[in-house]
Amino acid sequence: MPQSIVQISGHIIDSLILPKVLDLIIKLGAEFEILDIQVGHRRADRSYARIQVDAATPELLERVLAKIKEHGALPVEAEEESVEVQPAATDGIFPDHFYATTNLPTWVRVKERWIEVEGAEMDCGIRVDLKTVRAECVPIHRVKQGDWVVVGHRGVKILPMERRVPREAFEFMSSSVSTEQPKGLLIREIAESMKRTRAENGRILVVAGPGLVHTGASRYLVEIIENDYVQILFAGNGLAVHDIETALYGTSLGVYLEKTMRASEGHEHHLWAINAVRKAGSIRQAVEQGLIRRGIFYSCVKKGVDFVLAGSIRDDGPLPDVITDTLKAQDLMRDKVRDVKFALMMATTLHAIATGNLLPATVKTVCVDINPAVVTKLTDRGTFQAMGLVTDVEPFLRELSQYLNPTTRP
Amino acid sequence: MRLLMCSPDYYGIEYEINPWMNRGRPADGRLAREQWNRLHRLLREELAAEVETIVPAPGLPDMVFTANAGLAWNGKFIVSNFRHEVRRGEAPHYEAWFSECGYDILRLPEECYFEGEGDLLKCGDTWFAGYHTRSDIRSHQKVAEIIEQEILSLELTNDWFYHLDTCFCPLSRDQALFYPAAFDSYARKVLENHIPNLIPVLGQEAARFACNAVVVGSKIAINDGCLKLRTKLESAGFTLLETPLGEFIKAGGSAKCLVLNIG
Repeated sequence: MPQSIVQISGHIIDSLILPKVLDLIIKLGAEFEILDIQVGHRRADRSYARIQVDAATPELLERVLAKIKEHGALPVEAEEESVEVQPAATDGIFPDHFYATTNLPTWVRVKERWIEVEGAEMDCGIRVDLKTVRAECVPIHRVKQGDWVVVGHRGVKILPMERRVPREAFEFMSSSVSTEQPKGLLIREIAESMKRTRAENGRILVVAGPGLVHTGASRYLVEIIENDYVQILFAGNGLAVHDIETALYGTSLGVYLEKTMRASEGHEHHLWAINAVRKAGSIRQAVEQGLIRRGIFYSCVKKGVDFVLAGSIRDDGPLPDVITDTLKAQDLMRDKVRDVKFALMMATTLHAIATGNLLPATVKTVCVDINPAVVTKLTDRGTFQAMGLVTDVEPFLRELSQYLNPTTRP
Repeated sequence: MRLLMCSPDYYGIEYEINPWMNRGRPADGRLAREQWNRLHRLLREELAAEVETIVPAPGLPDMVFTANAGLAWNGKFIVSNFRHEVRRGEAPHYEAWFSECGYDILRLPEECYFEGEGDLLKCGDTWFAGYHTRSDIRSHQKVAEIIEQEILSLELTNDWFYHLDTCFCPLSRDQALFYPAAFDSYARKVLENHIPNLIPVLGQEAARFACNAVVVGSKIAINDGCLKLRTKLESAGFTLLETPLGEFIKAGGSAKCLVLNIG
C-alpha cells in the first residue's frame, strides 16, 4: 500500500490541529498510524507527532498529503529545515550569530534544495543569493549591506571527509607530521600525487619562503616549474628579492650560492636588485628587458605561471609587484586559489598559514619546513588531505624534482 | 498603548486581492483622509493612545493597513512575508522604520507567509493565529519559537474574513468577539476552550467589520453601524466610540487593520 510518513509540530494539541489532520486523513479515505508523539510539558513547549499515512492508490496518497500539508503536516523528507538567513546591517559586519565556516565541503538547504557552498574556505560567513539560489563563502571584510548571511546551524550540512575510503596512498599517509618516517617514500608519493593532479589537468599551487633561495634550492624549484608542475606561486617580497639577487649577482643575502662565500659589500646586492626591478617597472618587464635571465621568477614569467606577492611590515623596497594592502593581497590569493587541487608549501610560516586559511579541505596539501611547529599548525587544521614533512627544504626539493623529472627517474 | 499608523496619501483600490475589493468601486481619496484623520484623533484623544506614523510610499496603496507590517514584540520586529506580490513592496519600508527605532529585525523563511498582527492576536496569555487564506500555519511555529509563547492556529474558512482580525477581537483577558462562520469547527472549539467569555457577532455586523476594533481598556474604536453589538457591549461595561470607515472597508479593512500595536 502506498504510504508516506509525515510529521507535524507546534501547539498541535491545544489548537486541535492534530485531531483535525487525523480526521482529514480518514475523511479523504486513507488510513493513519501514529508512530511517535511527544507532548510539550509547559504551555510554551511545542508538541510533535510522526504519522504514517496509508492510501489505496498513489493518487489518493498525493491528494491526502497535499491537503494535510495545508495544516502543517509535511512528509519527513521535505520537512528538513531551510537555512536561516538574516541581512547584514552594514558593509563589513555580519548579522549576530552568523554561521562560521570550516574548510570542509558544506551544503545549505535553500528553497527545499540542498546546494553546495561555493568557494569553501574556513572562518568565513555564508552568503546566499535567494534569486539565483546559490551560496558562497564570504570573508567578513567583503560582506555588503543587505547581503543575506546564514545564521545559526539550521539547514547546514558538512560532508565529513573521513568517511571516504582512501583512494590513493597520499590520502592514506597524510594527516601526520613526519619527523622520523622514511622521507624518501613520502616524497615519492608526493611526486606521484602531483603527477596524477597534472594528468587530470589540475592546478598546483606552490607557496615558498626566501629560505628556499638561501639554502640553494631554487634550481630545483626552477626544474619543477619548467616541467609544468606549478601553475601558481604565492610568496612574499623576500623570495622574489633573493631570487632576483641570485639572478643578478649570484648571491642570496650577500652569500655566494655556488661558493658559500660572503661577497664583499654583499648586503648591498639585494637592495640593488630591488632598485633594478623598481627601475624596470615590474618583474615581468625586468625579464622582458633581459635584465633577469634566470631563476624562479624568470621561469614563472617564461612559463606563464601566475604569481601573487603579498607584502609584510618587514619588507625592503618592496618590489613593485608586491601588494602592500593585506586585504587586497588576501582577496587576490582567494581568487587564484579557486581551482587549485594541490598545494605545496615550503619554508614559510606566514604565507603557509595564510594560504592554509583559504584552502578548502578537498585540496591536497603538503607542508615542508625545518620547524615542526609550522608543519603541525597547518596539519592540525582538520584538513583531511594534509601531509607534513619536517626537513630542510633543499634536500626535499632535490629529491622531489628528481621524481618529477621524466628524464632522470631514479 | 503605542500604535503605528500610516496616512492614506496613496490609498486607493488598485488591485483585487480579497472579495471586498473592486476596482469598479474606487475609494474617495478626500473622504478616506477625513475618515483616517477622525480615527487618528479618536485614538489619541479618547483612547489616550500614543500614535506614531510611518511615511507612506507611492505605489503601495495598502500600506495604510499597518496591522500587516509584522509583529513588534520585546524589542524585536518580525517582518511580514506577504502572500500577494502587490503588498511585498511594503516590507522594506517597515523594516527600515523599525530598524531605525532600534528593533532587532527578524525574517521568517521566504516560503512562510506571515501577515503580522492581522493574523496574530493575543487574548489573556494565549496567542491566536489565523491561517489558510493569508498566513501559513508554519509561520505560527516559527513565530512561537521566537517569542517563546503558545500560539494556537485557527483555520479561516471564509474568504471574506481573510485575516484573523476581521473575525476575532480580544476585548480583555477573558473576553473576545468572534464571527463563528469564519472558522471551522475545530477553531470554534479551540476558542470556546480557551476564552471563558466568547461573544458571537451576527453576520450583518461582521460584514461591517465589527470584529475589527481597537480596544484600549474599556474603550473601543469601531466602524459605525453595529447597533446590536453596541447594546451588548455597553451593558458589559464597554464604551463604544464609533467612527465611519466605509472608504477603507472598500479594501477589506477597518479600524484594527489601520493600526499596529508597538507596545
